[in-house]
Amino acid sequence: MTTTSDALATPRSRSRKLPTELSILAVLVGIALVFEILGWIFIKQSFLMNQQRLTIMILQVSVVGIIAVGVTQVIITGGIDLSSGSVVGMTAMIAASFAQSADWARPVYPALVGLPVIIPLVVGLAIGSLAGVVNGSLISYTKIPPFIATLGMMVSARGVAKWYTKGQPVSGLTPEFNFIGSGIWPVIIFLGVAAIFHIGLRYTRYGKFTYAIGANPQAARVSGINIERHLVKVYAIAGMLAGLAGLVTAARAQTAQAGMGVMYELDAIAAAVIGGTSLAGGQGRITGTVIGTIILGTMTSGFTFLRVDAYYQEIIKGMIIVAAVVADQYRQRKRKKV
Amino acid sequence: MVSPQTMRAVRESGATPQSEFLLEISHARKEFPGVVALDDVSLQLKRGTVHALMGENGAGKSTLMKIIAGIYAPDSGNVQLRGIDIRLKSPLDALENGIAMIHQELNLMPFMTVAENIWIRREPLTRFGFVDHHELNRRTAELFARLKIDIDPEIQVSYLSVASRQMVEIAKAVSYESDVLIMDEPTSALTETEVAHLFAIIRDLRAQGKGVVYITHKMSELFEIADEVSVFRDGRYIGTHASADVTRDQIIRMMVGREITQMFPKEEVAIGEVVLSVKNLSLKGVFEDISFDVRAGEILGIAGLVGSGRSNVAETVFGVTPASSGTISINGEVVNIATPTIAIQHGMAFITEDRKETGCLLSLDIQENMQLAVLQDKYSRFGFVSQGELSRTCEDMAQKLRVKTPNLAERVENLSGGNQQKVLIGRWLLTNPKILILDEPTRGIDVGAKAEIHKLVTQLAHQGVAVVMISSELPEVLGMSDRIMVMHHGRATGFLDRSEADQVKIMDLAAR
Repeated sequence: MTTTSDALATPRSRSRKLPTELSILAVLVGIALVFEILGWIFIKQSFLMNQQRLTIMILQVSVVGIIAVGVTQVIITGGIDLSSGSVVGMTAMIAASFAQSADWARPVYPALVGLPVIIPLVVGLAIGSLAGVVNGSLISYTKIPPFIATLGMMVSARGVAKWYTKGQPVSGLTPEFNFIGSGIWPVIIFLGVAAIFHIGLRYTRYGKFTYAIGANPQAARVSGINIERHLVKVYAIAGMLAGLAGLVTAARAQTAQAGMGVMYELDAIAAAVIGGTSLAGGQGRITGTVIGTIILGTMTSGFTFLRVDAYYQEIIKGMIIVAAVVADQYRQRKRKKV
Repeated sequence: MVSPQTMRAVRESGATPQSEFLLEISHARKEFPGVVALDDVSLQLKRGTVHALMGENGAGKSTLMKIIAGIYAPDSGNVQLRGIDIRLKSPLDALENGIAMIHQELNLMPFMTVAENIWIRREPLTRFGFVDHHELNRRTAELFARLKIDIDPEIQVSYLSVASRQMVEIAKAVSYESDVLIMDEPTSALTETEVAHLFAIIRDLRAQGKGVVYITHKMSELFEIADEVSVFRDGRYIGTHASADVTRDQIIRMMVGREITQMFPKEEVAIGEVVLSVKNLSLKGVFEDISFDVRAGEILGIAGLVGSGRSNVAETVFGVTPASSGTISINGEVVNIATPTIAIQHGMAFITEDRKETGCLLSLDIQENMQLAVLQDKYSRFGFVSQGELSRTCEDMAQKLRVKTPNLAERVENLSGGNQQKVLIGRWLLTNPKILILDEPTRGIDVGAKAEIHKLVTQLAHQGVAVVMISSELPEVLGMSDRIMVMHHGRATGFLDRSEADQVKIMDLAAR
């Protein structure tokens, strides 16, 4: 018990301490600087002073970033979403089949070519959301663990993607559809989505409930929050964002293939965890996830820049992800000791 | 100080020094953040005796046991085993020194067999290093034959009834051939025949010169099985008697005998109309046929031992676990309270028993904790939370409740128990409740904060709030309540008016 004097008994408003993202940002800067120095030593080039490289780097991780924004919210509730990579493949295939241009030789639906771009977009977001609603409902109403529910969706959604055209790619997409994947549009979509959900998590009731459920589901329930319904919302949003990522992936490649998005779910989870989201639930921010995503991109880009063999890249990436989780556990323990 | 390893070596060599007491604890003290659980407690266990520990909930029995079993280390004081000072660092240390404990909550692994559970970590091995299941089952059968337990050693524990699991736990503890056995309310899950069986086992152990520390709430067991009894109260040691020399009344008096001081500022409050009326409320297998009325400005206390169903009644009234039968009326109208949301809409507030389990969002800050119950329908427009307005409201509330913190951005886990409780009370006061249900509102918090919370509850009664207060602390129930309902085994065993209630009467109804 604190035996503080009465002077302390007057609480002042919430003056925020330095956000935890600063330490993650420092890690990003550190990694970039290491590549910069190694660049000068080994290949006599600057890593950072190359705008083209930086653009490609962030373009490459935008899709994972969009997924990570949804996955972060799921992890904050104390859950996990393994299905996002497969949902990317599924929505890419289905949405692309509604985005084929009239002059393409072998469209999936010969009667439905040259549709306005809004239709494939809505279809893609709807398919993604539906997958999320199924995930959320399974978790809420059958009480199976999120890991299992989304594992099932991961397998089935990939199956749908392959079954849809019996493995054939869907090509000949309209220029309007391809536009969302062109230039730096994927980056703009990623950052836009991140901004929306940053605000959503911090300033809306939706966000407050998300944190509350992750921090202590019983307390949230006793406070009158309908946990089941809220979880369905959170997984639906995660699914919708995976669907959006599927649209962007297909548009960027100007074709859809059943194998799109393989392993993206793990990159997204890694981005969230590196960005400080706690797998125990109740903690995490979108800003951290954005930085975590860029860290992943920087590592891939940096290793390629240093001409490190792709096999080594994966080995090192794995170690860095594990190190991030170890750091998270350490943070948790330290916190408990207070 | 001798290390447990040395002790173990000495014990195995058979050269155990003879001392008067098997186990002696002197001047033990244990503090947890915000509360002193044990203060200058001593205990002496003689060879070949059963020593009962008695006391109300929170008296310090469990803490003391956990010190004996190596789960907690005392902040100060000595533990002597057979006359030698030891310091147990873990439950394993305790086991290796011949101290075994039967936990109140069962600790068996449900998907392993009975035999595997009993000999875990001590499995007999074949020459090739595999577990020798034949030998494992043979040893278990032998142990069960000795204890006259009739359970198949090869059956999976998940198929056993709670009582059978308890017997397996007991057999497991005996299998360590320990000199000291600690039993924490071992009969709470047993039927009468099984209790008789357990007592036969205990008498047998006693005859072999072992010592049993026996924790119980049941007076009848005390006189049947115990040789000596030590009574604790509020973390302090009160006294030890041979059980043949004391009466039931003397023990109750030792357990509750503290003065009710000026701590409880009971004021005369105008009592209004019936606000909450509960009729024949039952929850299958948990409690039955509970009826009570609470009026505006009235404080209804609910007393009873832990496990008597007090908290379950509160949870049902609040819609956490909807009733299987019976009705709840608010202001004369029957309402179907199926979820907490409905309860809140009818002006109810519920401060739960376990701050950490069902109350605080430990990883979030004070404001985030306080605003949780009002976000549903107040302070938000188009889904956006009105931060500014809410910050001011929370600040006012924190100030009113005198939450001691530099600012509201402090994480709740960094607050003391008393301040956490104030934050939770603040959460519910923001909803302007008409009915306030408090479950153990002052458990584990210090005297100063306790008094503040009592004052606050009295103030709320003044404002016409109907209060239901569950508490294990008899002085608190007696000091605060207008009427007291006493529960035992899921039933209301009696109602006492403020004028007639005293600690002995309550204990009598609660522990019959």
